[in-house]
Amino acid sequence: MIDLDNVTKAYAKGTHALNGISLHIDKGEFVFITGSSGSGKSTLIKLLLKELEPTSGTIKVNGITLGRMKNRAIPKYRRMLGVVFQDFRLLKDRNVYDNIAFAQRVVITPTKQIRKNVPAMLSLVGLAEKYKSFPRQLSGGEQQRVALARALVNSPKILLADEPTGNLDPKNSKEIMRLLEIINERGTTVVVVTHNQEIVDEMKKRVIVLDKGVIVHDERQAGYTYAD
Amino acid sequence: MTSDRLGIRMRISTIGYCLKQGLKNIWRNKMFSLASIATMSACIFLFGIFFAVVQNFQSIVREAEEAVTMIVYFEKGTSQEIMDAVGEEIKTRDGVASVQFVTPEQAWDSFKGVYFAERPELAEGFADDNPLVDYAHYEVYLNDVSLQADLVTYIESLEGVRRVRASQEVADILSNFNLLVGYISIAVILLLLCVSVFLISNTVTIGIAVRKEEIAIMRLIGATNSFIKAPFVVEGILIGLIGAALPLGLLYYLYNSLTGYLEEQFNLLTGFMKFLPVNELFEILLPTGMLLGVGIGFFGSFFTIRKHLRV
Ligand SMILES: Nc1ncnc2c1ncn2[C@@H]1O[C@H](COP(=O)(O)OP(=O)(O)OP(=O)(O)O)[C@@H](O)[C@H]1O
Ligand SMILES: [Mg+2]
Repeated sequence: MIDLDNVTKAYAKGTHALNGISLHIDKGEFVFITGSSGSGKSTLIKLLLKELEPTSGTIKVNGITLGRMKNRAIPKYRRMLGVVFQDFRLLKDRNVYDNIAFAQRVVITPTKQIRKNVPAMLSLVGLAEKYKSFPRQLSGGEQQRVALARALVNSPKILLADEPTGNLDPKNSKEIMRLLEIINERGTTVVVVTHNQEIVDEMKKRVIVLDKGVIVHDERQAGYTYAD
Repeated sequence: MTSDRLGIRMRISTIGYCLKQGLKNIWRNKMFSLASIATMSACIFLFGIFFAVVQNFQSIVREAEEAVTMIVYFEKGTSQEIMDAVGEEIKTRDGVASVQFVTPEQAWDSFKGVYFAERPELAEGFADDNPLVDYAHYEVYLNDVSLQADLVTYIESLEGVRRVRASQEVADILSNFNLLVGYISIAVILLLLCVSVFLISNTVTIGIAVRKEEIAIMRLIGATNSFIKAPFVVEGILIGLIGAALPLGLLYYLYNSLTGYLEEQFNLLTGFMKFLPVNELFEILLPTGMLLGVGIGFFGSFFTIRKHLRV
């Protein structure tokens, strides 16, 4: 599903955020990416989203070589991905329903379909009752669940999450992780960047550890191995 | 070009969504949208006033032009066939509105009318011997005085023509005036266009800045460029529409009541104070003004978006 071959990303100053990374993630896998601050985790997510171009190396997602993709094809490619961030990134001037419906509008879904999909997504993340609330009226955990619903409503093949629990307490963090697991069980490939040792230890999934732009550990069903 | 260019692949619901977003943009960006609409209105209003004045002037000038005549005299003894041929020839030229043949008898009658009006008995002496027997001539009425000089040269070259009498002065004044009005119109309209485009562009720039976060999210979700741009284009067009409709409505009302009032007040001078009817004026002004508004709105936002929303 995701293939990186000798991928290097150097930002303007010449610092190598990623340095010769090769990695393979299968369809339907659940992968944690972890590592100290500045180790290149977010850079990796941005490369997968084609927000950034690698300095060298090739990235293949679902059989598509990103380097050869035309700009015009990027929107269609991104519809294959769902993204969640630490800061939720909801539209503050729209209620929960409209935030999720927005994702469907963007990919030109008929209104009839939207009216069916959004409530289904909301009940999956357990927010069916709060569809009229605005982001500021929700707790962090609830906001992240809305963000998750938005990421999933277009049925992505891959879900990318960059520190989805970074702003949440342990209880809400567990809830988000439980949802990610459900999504993964439904067949979506899930890639989660996280610092949360407890969760990584508990969930017994594959863990890729980055340090200074290099993969230092890649273990199946591993616990948290912090590389300092 | 690409299949997902603006408007082609969008479903009705998407068009509805973009319309709603465009309206929301205007609403959220109230102060700037209002400023844009106000300036646009002022521009179109000025344009309308200007247009009305120019149209009225031109109708006066047109009337003056129609009164401009040239008189074509013939050589002594020129046959009626040749004169007829010359008449036909003149009729076909550009700038000629109509041609009137005046026989020696008619010429004499009108001469008598002017010079012997008081003492008709004096004219009786010429009763059977028309002194103007060789003064058959054409009166040529023009609809474009700028062509007068060329016409004179041409007609003088025709067989049998002795002389063409025309006042080049009047013709020059009128055609210069027409040119001047033309130049001023172009200058004023260009200026107004620039100001309006600048304002729309500013409004849209601010709208884009305000919605930066939203646009970033849209990009990540997989929105096409045209989908991201459409609400801003809609915003521009709506500002153009509102900014044109308001002043045009106002102008219609003002023109109607003002010209009515003036015509009533200067009743005695009706010949002078004759305005174009408001409906005739708006036949051109309405579509031109609306098109101008929508056009400015469209191009102002379209090019601003291209500048600020590059991928
Ligand atoms: N836009 C940028 N320009 C220059 N350098 C950057 C840029 N973004 C990131 N970097 C650098 O690249 C390196 C990796 O950054 P990245 O954001 O990928 O780290 P991270 O692993 O996500 O860290 P954190 O856990 O703090 O989020 C860091 O040294 C960072 O300073
Ligand atoms: Mg990061």
